[in-house]
Amino acid sequence: MWLEGRNGSGKTTLLRALCGLFLPDSGSIQWQGEDTKKVADIFYRRLLYLGHQNALKLDLNPVENLQTLSRLAGHIVSEEQVDGALTRLGLAGYEETPVRKMSQGQQRRVALSRLLISDAPLWILDEPFVALDIAAVELLQSILVKHVEQGGMVILTTHQPLPLAEEKMVRLSLDRYV
Amino acid sequence: MFDSFVALLKRDLLLAMRRRSDIFTVLFFFIIVVSIFPLGISFEQAVLQKIAPGVVWVAALLASTLALERIFANDYADGTLEQMLLTPQPLWVLVFAKTLAHWLLTGLPLVLIAPLAGLQYHLSASTIGTMMLVLLIGTPILSMVGAIGAALTLGLRGGGILISLLVLPLYVPVLVYGSGAIEAAMQGDVSLQPYYLLLSAFLLLALVFTPWATAASLRISVE
Amino acid sequence: MAMNWFKYSSPSTFYPLASKMIPVFMTLAILLTLGGLYWGFFETPEVLSDQKQYYKIIYVHVASAWMAMWLYVVMVGWAVLGLIFNTRMSYIVASATAVTGAIMTALSLWTGAFWGQTSWGTWWDWDPRMTTQLILLFLYIGYIALQSAIEDTRRSDRASAVLAIVGLAIVPVIYYSINCPNPNECASLHQESSLKRIESNILIAMMVTVAGFWMYCFAVILMRVRNIILQRESHTQWVERLEVSK
Repeated sequence: MWLEGRNGSGKTTLLRALCGLFLPDSGSIQWQGEDTKKVADIFYRRLLYLGHQNALKLDLNPVENLQTLSRLAGHIVSEEQVDGALTRLGLAGYEETPVRKMSQGQQRRVALSRLLISDAPLWILDEPFVALDIAAVELLQSILVKHVEQGGMVILTTHQPLPLAEEKMVRLSLDRYV
Repeated sequence: MFDSFVALLKRDLLLAMRRRSDIFTVLFFFIIVVSIFPLGISFEQAVLQKIAPGVVWVAALLASTLALERIFANDYADGTLEQMLLTPQPLWVLVFAKTLAHWLLTGLPLVLIAPLAGLQYHLSASTIGTMMLVLLIGTPILSMVGAIGAALTLGLRGGGILISLLVLPLYVPVLVYGSGAIEAAMQGDVSLQPYYLLLSAFLLLALVFTPWATAASLRISVE
Repeated sequence: MAMNWFKYSSPSTFYPLASKMIPVFMTLAILLTLGGLYWGFFETPEVLSDQKQYYKIIYVHVASAWMAMWLYVVMVGWAVLGLIFNTRMSYIVASATAVTGAIMTALSLWTGAFWGQTSWGTWWDWDPRMTTQLILLFLYIGYIALQSAIEDTRRSDRASAVLAIVGLAIVPVIYYSINCPNPNECASLHQESSLKRIESNILIAMMVTVAGFWMYCFAVILMRVRNIILQRESHTQWVERLEVSK
């Protein structure tokens, strides 16, 4: 699902509400027919959220960061898997570098590596293309397409055009509701 | 669940090891506070012994509130805290891991350095022993109750001072019995058992209730 | 029954209700307080044991001290309602109560100091009750400070609600610890309730003054609630209509 809207139309708030970070005054969020608050442990096992922030500890290296995040999510990944993901995103050789020594674009790519090592079917991404160069943008687009083709679900906001087939995409514009 | 508890604990300890200066600033603050009281009051042995229990505890309280800023601030700033709210683990488990790490890094060192203060104030060896034991039971309470204040004030200006304002009144019972115990130890013929029992009871209550309150506060602040 | 309560949980319906209730409470407040103080000043002995006539400040002191404590409980009550039902009005009333509670606590400390000075020669004595009042003041101030430090209304309401609840849970422990700092020597928890030993005239005066203070607090809290409503809802239509009609 592609969430569109002008700045300030509430896209981020809606995404955060879907994640359960923002509690709506009325209504409920449901996963497979059940209120997400009631089945929180199941829902969160199936969810991967990437917000504006990278969620990386600057003093740790990418491998430590990614492994800790995965373990917190209840999913153990081997170092090979992490190395593979980093390589795919063009960060081979940076496995031991503290994140604070990497550029913004590189840090963003470390954050995006989580997409490759996660087993969650639902991805909620808030402006994932920001700070990426053209090559990385194409790479991310292919990752997203592959995920959807494998049966996964992606909800994202972006100002970039998405090269995904129209029938696989649901476009929701929040401008109507402002 | 236990796995993520350990993972988070290890992560926080690892992070602290890479920025070692943080631990020492808290310790030095404690020592400075303890050291300036005699300069402002008196150097007489009798006076120092009398004020020692209170001074040591007040210094511990102040050092604790200043250190509290750091429990969640970093994770809040880089987005890791958000991710913790999105894990399948109950949030209070993760909170407990972070609070434990925080105590190991700021509370436990206080316990270990307290004998220095004891020497400055001419306390006997057995009194110092009581002091360390009482701090050992009390400082975790300070970390746990303080974590609630830290969670409520995430990202606000005013940081440490605001946390102190909110949390110091809540520390009063620990202060009263903690310093009371040291005083009683100096008197010699008074039973210390009720003090230990009370403080341990506070510790148990804190263990049961505070992680949950802190988790609720975090959710409110992260929204 | 439940439907009725929620009818007033919206600021636009509560506002007119508050406006109607304020004059009622104010009138009752003035009548009762003046009545209580009159009774206290003229119908009770000039001198109480070894205290001179200044002891009569006790009517204001006791009333304000009780209000300080009860208002905290009331504040937490509204905070809990707010957290459970997610109603904006509950939080607004809690905030208004906090300020009045703080003022009452300060008043109780001030009159207590004055009473202490005229009766026993010291402005402050660290006795358990007064010290707990002091800590109560800190708790109120903490609540108000947290509220003003957070800009986002939603977050500030809920954060201060949690803080208030935590405070309430710890207040009994605080009182116990100040009252009984040496557990070896504390046989009983409470000092004998001094209410039983008071002469009936003084008791009547005190109760009437307390009732007057309750009415005063209701009135003042409702006035403050109206102000907060106007502030928070200033962008809504019904507030703009209010200002136009004036």
